Amino acid sequence: MSLASVSLDHAGRPDGALNTDALRADARREARGLFALLSPGLLLVFAVIIVPIGWLFWLSLFDESGQLSAANYARFFEQASYIKTFVTTFKVAFVVTGACVLFGYPLAYMLSQLPRRAAGVCLIFVILPFWTSVLVRTYAWLVILQRKGLVNTWLMDIGVIGQPLPLANNFAGVVIGMTHIMLPFLVLPLYASMKTIDVDCLRAGMNLGASPAATFRQIFFPLSLPGLASGVVIVFVLCLGFFVTPALMGGGKVIMWAMRMEQTTSLYSNWGAGAALGVVLLAVTLALLGLFHWLLGARATGVWSER
Amino acid sequence: MSMENALPISHRQRLWLYALGGLVMLFLIAPSVIIVIMSFSGSSLLEFPPQEWSLRWYESYFGSVEWRDATVVSVKVAVMTAIVATLLGTAAAYAINARTLRLTGAINALLTASLTIPVILIGIGTFFLYARIGLNNTLTGLVIAHTVQALPLVVLTVLSGLRSYDMNQEMVARSLGAGRFSAFFQVTMPQIRFSIVSGALFAFITSFDEVVVSLFISGGETTTLTRRMFNALRDQIDPTIAAISTCLIVLSIVLLSAAQLFGRGR
Repeated sequence: MSLASVSLDHAGRPDGALNTDALRADARREARGLFALLSPGLLLVFAVIIVPIGWLFWLSLFDESGQLSAANYARFFEQASYIKTFVTTFKVAFVVTGACVLFGYPLAYMLSQLPRRAAGVCLIFVILPFWTSVLVRTYAWLVILQRKGLVNTWLMDIGVIGQPLPLANNFAGVVIGMTHIMLPFLVLPLYASMKTIDVDCLRAGMNLGASPAATFRQIFFPLSLPGLASGVVIVFVLCLGFFVTPALMGGGKVIMWAMRMEQTTSLYSNWGAGAALGVVLLAVTLALLGLFHWLLGARATGVWSER
Repeated sequence: MSMENALPISHRQRLWLYALGGLVMLFLIAPSVIIVIMSFSGSSLLEFPPQEWSLRWYESYFGSVEWRDATVVSVKVAVMTAIVATLLGTAAAYAINARTLRLTGAINALLTASLTIPVILIGIGTFFLYARIGLNNTLTGLVIAHTVQALPLVVLTVLSGLRSYDMNQEMVARSLGAGRFSAFFQVTMPQIRFSIVSGALFAFITSFDEVVVSLFISGGETTTLTRRMFNALRDQIDPTIAAISTCLIVLSIVLLSAAQLFGRGR
C-alpha cells in the first residue's frame, strides 16, 4: 500500500484507527451479549444463595433484643452443648475421612491398574451408589445395622454374639453410613489423578531393579498424593456440614453441626444463633478449601468436575 | 495410553489388591442390592433373604394417595428443574467457553457456589428468604432452589462438551452470514447435544434426589417424595420405603445409562 492511499476520516485519524474503534465496539457488543447469556444463571444463584446467606450473617450480629453484639458467637465457647457438637462433628469427620482413605485408596489403586474395560465395569460400583439417593442408602444401612437388622440377626444365628450389637442409632452407625456415602467422593478424584501417573516412570523404576513394593512406595504413592489430598479435603468438608445420615442414624445421640443448625432454626426459631453456626461452618469450609487451593494450586478446584 | 500388561507384575501377585478392592466394591453395592431384594419380601419383618415373596410393598406404595402425590410433586419439580437448569446452564457454559469475559474466576465461583457452600446453610437461607417472599411450599420455589443446585452440574457437563468442539465452526457460519442464534442452533448445538442431554439428566436426578433443601422449603401439598421419606424414616422403618427405594435405584440406573449412552455419542 502506498503512502498516498492512506486517507483520513473527518477527525483526522488514519482509517486503521477507525477500524480499531469499530472492532472495539464490536468486541464490547460481543461481551455484552455473552454477559446477557450468563446473567440469568448468575442472578438466580446470587438471589437464592448469596443474598440469604448475607442476610443471615447480618442477623447473627444481633442478640435477641436487637442489640449489636457478639452473643451469638460467644455462646459457642461458653455453652458446653455447642462445644460437644463441634467435638462430635470433627470426630465424625476425622474418622469417616480416615475410613475413606483406608478403603478408597486400595480401590482407586486397583481401578487405575486394571485394563480399561475391566476398570470401566468396576467403576460402575463406585458411580452407581454415588448417584443413588442419600436417603435410600441411609435407609439401607438402617435396615442392615439396626437392633434386629441383618448383621445382628446373622451374627446371632451363627452364634458369634449372644446380644445384638449396638450398630445403628449411635456413633458407629453414623460413621458406617457416612463412610459409604463419602467413599465415591474420595475414589473418583483419586482414580482420575492416578490415571495421569505415567506408567513409564513405574516401568523405569522396575527396570532399574526396584521391587514392586519399592516402586509403589517411592514412585507411585508420592505421585498420587495430590489426588489423595483433594479427595480428603472434599470428604472432610462435606462431613462437617452433613445432615441426612447423622439425623437418621444418630438416634438423637450424635448431634452434628448441621443438625444443630436445623434444631436451632426450625425448633427454636433462633435465627441469630442458627445463622452464627452457619457463618462459622461456611468460614471453616472456605478456609479449608482455600488453604488446600493455596497449597496445591489450581488442580484442587478441578476435582469437582469429576462428579 | 494403554494399561494392558503395563508392568511386569502378574495378576497373581496382585491377588491381595483385587481381593481388597473387591471387598470395598461389595461394601459400596451391597446396601442397594439388599434393599432391592427385600422390597419383594412378603413379610412385614425385614428379613434377608425373604422367606416369602410378594409385591405387597409396591402395592402399598402405589396404592397410597400420600406417596403418589409426593411422587408426582417430585417428578414435576425435577422435570421443570431439568428444563430451566439446562437452558440457563447451557447459556452460561457457552459464555464461559468464549473466554472473552473478565472476572472469569468470580463468575465460576458464583456459578459453582452451591457445590462449595454447605447444603444445610443453603436450606436455611432459602427457607429464610422464601418466608419473606411467600415461596415456601410452592412448586416455583422448589424449582428455583433445585435449579441453583443443578446449575453447576449442567455448566460443567456442557462446558466439557464445548471444550472438545471447535468453536471456529460457528465463526465460519457467522462469517458466511448466519446470525448468532442460527449459527448456534444449526452448527454448534447439534454437535454438543449429547452433553446438553447428559446435563439435563444430571439436573433431573439432582432435583429428584434432593433432600436437605426440600426438607425446609417443601410441605403441605408440595411435599416432595424425599421429604416424605425422610419423615417416615424418622418415625419407623416402613418396608414400603424399600419398594420406593428400589424405584429410585432403578431410576438412577436408567438415567445414568442414558447419560452414558449420550456421552458416548459425543
